[in-house]
Amino acid sequence: MQVQALKNAYFTMVRKETKRIFRIWPQTLLPSVITQSLYFLIFGGFVGARVGQMGGVSYMTFIVPGLVMMAVIQNSYTNVVSTFFSAKFMKNLEELLVSPVPPWLILSGFCTGGLVRGAVTGGLVMGVSLFFTRPPVLHPWAVLLFLLLTALLFSLGGFLNGVFARKFDDIGIFATFVLTPLTYLGGVFYSVSSLPPVWQMISKANPILYMVDGFRYGFFGTSSVSPWTSALVLSVVCVALAAVNLRMLRTGKGIRN
Amino acid sequence: MEAIMILGLKKTYAGGVQALKGIDLTVEEGDFFALLGANGAGKTTTINVLVGLVTKSEGAVSVFGLDQDAHPDDVKMAIGVVPQEFNFNIFETPRDVIATQGGYYGMSVTDAYARADELLAALGLSDKSGVPSMQLSGGMKRRLMIARALVHRPRLLILDEPTAGVDVELRRGMWDYLRALNAAGTTILLTTHYLEEVEQLCRNMVIIQKGQVVKAGPVKTLLAETDGRRYRLTLAAAPTDAQRAALGAEAVDGTDVTVTIPTGGTLDALIARARESGATVIDAAHAHNRLEELYLSTIAK
Repeated sequence: MQVQALKNAYFTMVRKETKRIFRIWPQTLLPSVITQSLYFLIFGGFVGARVGQMGGVSYMTFIVPGLVMMAVIQNSYTNVVSTFFSAKFMKNLEELLVSPVPPWLILSGFCTGGLVRGAVTGGLVMGVSLFFTRPPVLHPWAVLLFLLLTALLFSLGGFLNGVFARKFDDIGIFATFVLTPLTYLGGVFYSVSSLPPVWQMISKANPILYMVDGFRYGFFGTSSVSPWTSALVLSVVCVALAAVNLRMLRTGKGIRN
Repeated sequence: MEAIMILGLKKTYAGGVQALKGIDLTVEEGDFFALLGANGAGKTTTINVLVGLVTKSEGAVSVFGLDQDAHPDDVKMAIGVVPQEFNFNIFETPRDVIATQGGYYGMSVTDAYARADELLAALGLSDKSGVPSMQLSGGMKRRLMIARALVHRPRLLILDEPTAGVDVELRRGMWDYLRALNAAGTTILLTTHYLEEVEQLCRNMVIIQKGQVVKAGPVKTLLAETDGRRYRLTLAAAPTDAQRAALGAEAVDGTDVTVTIPTGGTLDALIARARESGATVIDAAHAHNRLEELYLSTIAK
């Protein structure tokens, strides 16, 4: 395909997905806003008043980056896994597979959908947080970088899950039994540096820690792990996931036949 | 030039099911070609290999002289496919379904929507262009799938049972549209279970059975090979053994008797034999059309 044709195909995929996200906003955007608002109210407000300061800021302010990141993770992942699996299940993925859209563009289109939903819900949760606190943003580049890397990583993860899923139950298993526990244990509600050394070591095996920590660095300028190390870890995982997904698309495993 | 050339096509699915056992098939450019076979014979697998939905195990496939392995994108650009099952997004409007497919083929938004409007008008769907596709009737959904397949103006149109579940009037309308499309130069490959459709539309055909081509050639030539015509006679009373023998009955169901008149034989002679044996023929009707005879005799071998 020519470059202009590739652009047209890409923007067709992105337009279709963006329209879908906004058309069914009560399903795609609203739930995270409500859930995170409750977290702000209960953990930030009621519990946070007793916790006092954490990481040099009020507890309410401390949990803002973590809750935004939680919304980004869940939404970018859910968007891609559900869209891709539904397209596979309803067979309208065939519309793409019979067309000359190359595998890397198919992957890019689906992941952009995940990025859009992750970024929009992240922005909405950030907006909600302003009703409760005014977090500083010391390094906007880090906020943007970690938001994009995280949304991309979980979009790629969602895509892989969608490729392997054979029934609707399969798209919920990873989110329920892996993603949610790792998110809660990734330093959303606490600073890893406040944990005993053994638990700090164990926590560092959790990839979500690097996302939350790097994102938090963008706000407060402090982190438990170097933001560069976090960015590197996330980039490597993104490249690895992209490579696996592209291989799946090229060979047709879980998609064709 | 050959629109499709398939040589030694084999497909074995994971689990060991051998769907295609070495298909050879040639479709000339501009042809209206039928691919026939019972359910599970390998028709849809053959089509899916052609359009890139199934990876072949062995063999060579070329479309308009382009090898599928060497030029997969060019081959895809040349083909429009209407699958057997409805596979568009039912929440989208017909206009969006068609335009989105145009976008996948590299069309700009403006061009894709203009083409969608043109196709919706040509297929009589303009008044439904803005409703969710789930609200369309079965026949409308079939027409939407044809419109979607044509959005990028393919030189080869592949239709997998396009008129299944479509009423007679609509089917005739679709035939007219497909005839006009073929007359304008589009090569058409059709699979169908309506053999009347093949007699009406197609110039050449193959019959596939258990993953192999068992009969191929021009429809008219193959029809001329049929051994005879099968009739169902309704008698005044259930036939005796002597009457069955006199008529050469193949099957008897109450007063209905199925018989075959061999090539060169006449219905008049058959009725005369019935009369001589003491049977009264109340009615006589074709049990199958000629292509059905050919099809059934081929797959029975």
